[in-house]
Amino acid sequence: MNSEDNLIVDAAVRIFQDMVVPSLINEAEAGVWPSALWETLEENGLTLAWGSDALGGAGIAMGDGFALLKEAGRHSVPVPLAETMLAAWLLGNAGIEFPMGPMTIAPTQINTKIKVGADGALTGTARYVPFARRTEHVAVLANSDAGKVIALVRTADCAIRENQSIAGEPADEVSFDGVKPTKSVRAPEGFDEQALFAMGAAIRSVQIAGGLQKILDQSVQYSVERSQFGRPIAKFQAIQHGLAQLAGEAAAAGAAADAAAEAMAATNGLGMIARAEVAAAKTRTGEAATIGTAIAHQTHGAMGFTYEHSLHHATRRLWAWRDEFGNESYWAIELGRMVAAEGADMLWPFVTGKE
Amino acid sequence: MAAGGFRFPRIDFSPELKALQQEVRAFLASERASGGFKPVADGWAFGVDLEFSRKLGKRGWLGMTWPKQYGGHERSSMERYVVTEELLAAGAPVSAHWVADRQSGPMLLKNGTEQQKLDILPRIAAGECYFAIGMSEPDSGSDLASLRTTATKVEGGWKINGRKIWSSGAHFCHYMIATVRTGGTRDEKNRHEGLSQFLIDLKGPGIQIRGIRNMAGDEHFNETVFDDAFVAEDCLLGKEGEGWHQVTSELGLERSGPERFLSSAITLTEAVRRMGENPDAREAEALGKNVARLKAMRRMSLGVSALLQEGESPVVEAALVKDLGTKFESTLLNDVRQLMPTEALGQSTDDYARTLAEGLLRVPSSTIRGGTNEVLRGIVARQLGLR
Repeated sequence: MNSEDNLIVDAAVRIFQDMVVPSLINEAEAGVWPSALWETLEENGLTLAWGSDALGGAGIAMGDGFALLKEAGRHSVPVPLAETMLAAWLLGNAGIEFPMGPMTIAPTQINTKIKVGADGALTGTARYVPFARRTEHVAVLANSDAGKVIALVRTADCAIRENQSIAGEPADEVSFDGVKPTKSVRAPEGFDEQALFAMGAAIRSVQIAGGLQKILDQSVQYSVERSQFGRPIAKFQAIQHGLAQLAGEAAAAGAAADAAAEAMAATNGLGMIARAEVAAAKTRTGEAATIGTAIAHQTHGAMGFTYEHSLHHATRRLWAWRDEFGNESYWAIELGRMVAAEGADMLWPFVTGKE
Repeated sequence: MAAGGFRFPRIDFSPELKALQQEVRAFLASERASGGFKPVADGWAFGVDLEFSRKLGKRGWLGMTWPKQYGGHERSSMERYVVTEELLAAGAPVSAHWVADRQSGPMLLKNGTEQQKLDILPRIAAGECYFAIGMSEPDSGSDLASLRTTATKVEGGWKINGRKIWSSGAHFCHYMIATVRTGGTRDEKNRHEGLSQFLIDLKGPGIQIRGIRNMAGDEHFNETVFDDAFVAEDCLLGKEGEGWHQVTSELGLERSGPERFLSSAITLTEAVRRMGENPDAREAEALGKNVARLKAMRRMSLGVSALLQEGESPVVEAALVKDLGTKFESTLLNDVRQLMPTEALGQSTDDYARTLAEGLLRVPSSTIRGGTNEVLRGIVARQLGLR
């Protein structure tokens, strides 16, 4: 990462620190759209980070985009920044120009298929579309008789049934029946739901790594400030060992997520090597989220179980993210099959990375 | 605030490193195919094969980073990393020379006399000279500074009295680097100050080595008893009273390598051989989870090496990797065991069943040797600002 790229991430961190305070996250969950935050992100060119300049994007390198999303994950940013970046990446694969405003993507579940008919109209319903009700456009991967199609759809044209994830963020059901996209272009050869799903999993992996850093920071701080039995609970060995393990899980998640981000950046999010890295990252970060959130909550005691305390901003998101775009089990099976197909003697070369 | 500030910098393999990696892989594949070695669980701690150690010496894969004048090869620490991780992943029997190559040689290079360096280092690099660790004692495990063994100044040298325990391979090793007390007592507040390190020839007078059989049946570690054992003046390594500082840096070398997460990797490889190319979902899931863990561990371990190469002393990062890595070594065996259970030992027909059984019986040592996970978590907790 060069200094210029650090500036982008630094700028994002400053915005997150200034604006994404606990009250804003709570208000967002209650249904208040944080428009000032979104506008600031948009003005700074962060929402279209992954769009090429030619298509109206900010043209930020993919690796730096992942670094940005790790920070967004760390700060529980309650707007569809990741989803808009993912949508821009999807549209970019078909050379479709980006609209401003929040976007999301569909489908987000592996067995969902959106179809596009001969008349150009879509059919199909996608569940668990993050932030759909808050977006202006949905980038859709659809199936025509001639192959995969990437389409840009106005959210207002779709029927939306509101729902929410366990993180308290919109996870809406979107029906595309009869909707005509504003643009629709054949997807590049070989591009399919699996590719979209893998990119989504890579994004969730870096968000998880960021979220784990957050709950480590919060837990360390809480344990130093909270006194019981006449001393800060940080002085108890049981607490120290728990937090040391949380630190290990956070570091492992960071390592796994960074490996996936680098592999995706090197291949623009496509290809089997990157897919293996993403499978490993989503598996390992999901595991770390499970272990890490349990330790963080145990350290915070009943306080961390209240709505008033902000710990749940990160922990509920970690629980949602570990299941989105394939959970640990899904990706472990994928990865295990990839490894087994190569054979026993290729296991270690697989681990060290194929050149 | 980012708690701990842990850093695991990324390392890119140069074409030279990749070529070396391929060279070691080809060597190991051909050795295994020709019966040059049989893969062992925990091969760096339990796989003693003097012939194999000598072969590695001939290849130039021991003492790799040392100056040529002492038999070394003046290669980078990353080149050494690449060779060691390949040996570990293959379950090669590298235990005989492991301690000498990893910590005793570097220790001598730093603190030995010119004569000692010229005499001993080339033999280590040839795979012919082996070292035992002399840290723990019957009453001093995790609390190393409480050790009792003493060295007393006498005419022309020192007399050593006391007992060292868990000295792996002392029965075939040539030397031990022992940390002993030259001043103060174990009960004093400044007890760290009275420690010094000595190079001890295990064939010397007043030394008795008694084997301690472990629960896996291995005749592996020992109790080494010193009864007025005389060592010459120049066997004091470094400075008198600097032993604590020296042993801490020796432990840094001991804790930071890839052996702290790769001890059971060979069993995962052999599990894949049994599963075949089309595992069922249960098998694929267990395999995938462990490969995911392994990949993350390796990246962190490479990060520790990067810090070492940058000249830093990544004590805390190494502690973190060793805590996670040794737990992983155990989890891996338990995950594959549930897919393909242990077999009666006499019927262990393939390398999977054999390395699984060996591994399960040896793995309780992983989370203890070189610093218990409790001690390591204490180190991490201090960095987090908790103590």
